[in-house]
Amino acid sequence: MAGNVDALFIFLLIVTGMMTLLVFCAIVYFAARYRYRKGVPAEQIEGSIPLELTWTIIPFGVFMVIFAWGAVVYFQGRTPPRDSTEVYVVAKQWMWKLEHAEGQREINELHVPVGRDVKLIMTSQDVIHSFFVPAFRIKQDVVPGRYTVAWFRATKPGTYHLFCTQYCGTQHSGMIGSVVVMEPAQYQAWMSGGSGGPLSATGEKIFAELGCATCHRSDTQGRGPNLQGLFGRPVQLEDGRMVNADENYLRESILDPGSKIVRGFKPVMPTFQGLVSEEQLGALVAYVKSLSQSGPAGPKSAAAAPESAPGKGNQVQ
Amino acid sequence: MATPISPNVERENYLNKHYGVGSWLLTTDHKRIALLYLLSITFFFFIGGFFALLIRLELLTPASDLVQVDTYNKLFTQHGQVMVFFFLIPSIPAVLGNFLIPLMVGAKDLAFPKINLLSWYLYIIGGVMMVHCMLTGGVDSGWTFYVPLSTSFLNTKVVEAGLAIFVAGFSSILTGLNFIVTIHRMRAPGMTWMRLPLFVWAHYATSIIQILGTPVVAITLVLVVAERSLHLGIFDPKLGGDPLLFQHLFWFYSHPAVYIMILPSMGVVTEIIACFSRKRIFGYSFVAMSSIAIAVFGFLVWAHHMFVAGISVYAALIFSLLSYAVAVPSAVKVFNWTATLYKGSIHYDAPMLYAFGFLGLFTVGGLTGLFLSALGVDMHVHDTYFVIAHFHYIMVGGALMGYLGGMHFWWPKISGKLYPEGWARLAALIVFIGFNLTFFPQFILGYLGMPRRYADYSHMPEFQILNVFSTAGATVLGVGYLLPMIYFLWSMRYGKPAPDNPWNAAGLEWQTQSPPTTFNFDEEPVVTWEAYNYDEIDKGHKEVPQVVG
Repeated sequence: MAGNVDALFIFLLIVTGMMTLLVFCAIVYFAARYRYRKGVPAEQIEGSIPLELTWTIIPFGVFMVIFAWGAVVYFQGRTPPRDSTEVYVVAKQWMWKLEHAEGQREINELHVPVGRDVKLIMTSQDVIHSFFVPAFRIKQDVVPGRYTVAWFRATKPGTYHLFCTQYCGTQHSGMIGSVVVMEPAQYQAWMSGGSGGPLSATGEKIFAELGCATCHRSDTQGRGPNLQGLFGRPVQLEDGRMVNADENYLRESILDPGSKIVRGFKPVMPTFQGLVSEEQLGALVAYVKSLSQSGPAGPKSAAAAPESAPGKGNQVQ
Repeated sequence: MATPISPNVERENYLNKHYGVGSWLLTTDHKRIALLYLLSITFFFFIGGFFALLIRLELLTPASDLVQVDTYNKLFTQHGQVMVFFFLIPSIPAVLGNFLIPLMVGAKDLAFPKINLLSWYLYIIGGVMMVHCMLTGGVDSGWTFYVPLSTSFLNTKVVEAGLAIFVAGFSSILTGLNFIVTIHRMRAPGMTWMRLPLFVWAHYATSIIQILGTPVVAITLVLVVAERSLHLGIFDPKLGGDPLLFQHLFWFYSHPAVYIMILPSMGVVTEIIACFSRKRIFGYSFVAMSSIAIAVFGFLVWAHHMFVAGISVYAALIFSLLSYAVAVPSAVKVFNWTATLYKGSIHYDAPMLYAFGFLGLFTVGGLTGLFLSALGVDMHVHDTYFVIAHFHYIMVGGALMGYLGGMHFWWPKISGKLYPEGWARLAALIVFIGFNLTFFPQFILGYLGMPRRYADYSHMPEFQILNVFSTAGATVLGVGYLLPMIYFLWSMRYGKPAPDNPWNAAGLEWQTQSPPTTFNFDEEPVVTWEAYNYDEIDKGHKEVPQVVG
């Protein structure tokens, strides 16, 4: 990622450097060559359509190259590879809470192994924050009320700055941390240092405690949809829309179940707004996702559309 | 105000026609209102500048030691609010535009003189509310008021600041309205659209943005106030709102607002370059139309402030593409100004030095915009000092250089006095050097990853050296800004009386006396020549026309 961003940055430096040089040289040359001399009047020139077209079209062409290149880099940066390791991030004034899919919890520090794709599924408990690791050239706002996603692959062990870059109140400049990139062996050692079990297992426990399984049964007899193999699949809604079952869809269906009713079901589910914390919500989402990985997930789940749901989910991925 | 000291100035003019406070506070003369604005925006410029100075001093060392973190947050918030809403947006339009547009189109005044006075009072009411907000504790929402921080989390004077800007916004709307009607309806006989000075075209484009954009930010701020005080769920997700909706609404105005600041400055620079190269502007119609194109495209690029805010990839693609589209007319202007110099007869008076400074700084500011509109690069540099440097190059390097250039260019007309040329050239140089020393290091800081709005960077001591450069530059820049204020004031008493047309410039404003009479022209001018007829003026074929008072 970092390499791609830097390559485009350097290209931009060269292109804009050349443009600047061109304009500055012209200005300096004209200013010196045509300085006021007694008896030498200015020569009046109306303008020139060919010249106007030239300096409209050429810059536009150059801009389009930059645009396309920038779009490609952005697209890569917004699209986590399918088999990424997942980390749930909950931001709050003024700290980062991070929870690995394997269950390790951290505050203001994120340990990751070298060479692994890491997908961050992020939300905020209060105001908007922004997750920024300059060394990885990634930044994504962390917005309350929805998930946003970022990903990176660290290539060199070391400790890197993690900044909040969206002003979030008094201690904004104290909302910093670090990403510790470790060799795989070290990372394994670090991981074995105890955890409460995988996040999806925590989610399963919550799922049971909240009585979700009463309706969301693993057969077709439940009052709610069967969640086996749901994640990543398109879902047909009662009002005719199709949405993709991504993290934001799961989140919304837990907090505001009435907003997207699956075809063939009744809007009978109560809201869990205020009953589950952001961390528990993350665990529930992780659990529902795990039902698509192990169980007899349909062949569709692997090929499901990677793009975001059309409606309100402004979410990438 | 100006004490008559020579027979030349004793001619009756708008300054000496009436005396007394009442004659100023109740005036409907666009020139006097321009001076009222000049005083008020200068007041706010120095408040905003003082905040900037404190910010730079705090950042001299990594630790948060000069002021408390909360105070720092208030400083950058109110620096932004004061500079954007109470200095830059009114600066050129309300002072130079107000003074010059009726003169340039050959009219006695703006179309609605009383509304013009009303808009100054609205500005002052907004300004008093803003000062009151600062004195009673201030606000630390960032000038951008991002929700839900501003609506549900802060304990500072968000409502007061929002309402102050709301009121001041109406001043901007009314000024824009006045300009548009004036330009349409009050042009002198023969002053066709294509004979208008490009300064007027630039203000026409600006006024369109003021009228169409300002109401949106006004409504948005009212919604912030409503959510904050009445807990209506509009933006805060806990109340069922959408925080990105706020950003869309806010930037729908606040991006075009950048063009409210820069377009008038482009207009000023166009006049200066033509005059001091003694030439027609190269590609008049392209320069005029590029102003309109900027105003129109400027409305279609707002979400480029939100590439990493959580908008969809496809929305980001479209806004990136459109952002490049708006860069084209700006580039066209730069090329046309450069081409105007070609085969000119170039003078290096202070206004021209400011115009050169504008060209250099605006070019850098514009080109670094290409970095930010490139989606992939924005992911890295968004909300870092790279952005700070970029928009200061546009809004201070560009807009403020143009404003200072314009103040020097038209000062003889406004005050009837000449400013000291040597000091003015020195000040232009100091501003240029100080500006670059302040803001260029911030591009590097941003690329290295320093986030904006950080009171404390003690965990990143590697950023200090560039911050030291920046603070040093700000000190130089401060001197550069104080100088003109001192010598302009000095010249009002001690300056040499200005001739009617000290620069031998084209344009109707130079064909009346300095300072002009209350109704600008003794008889209505009739225009028979194109704008920038410097060949005719310099050859002396055409005596500078007949409308002298």
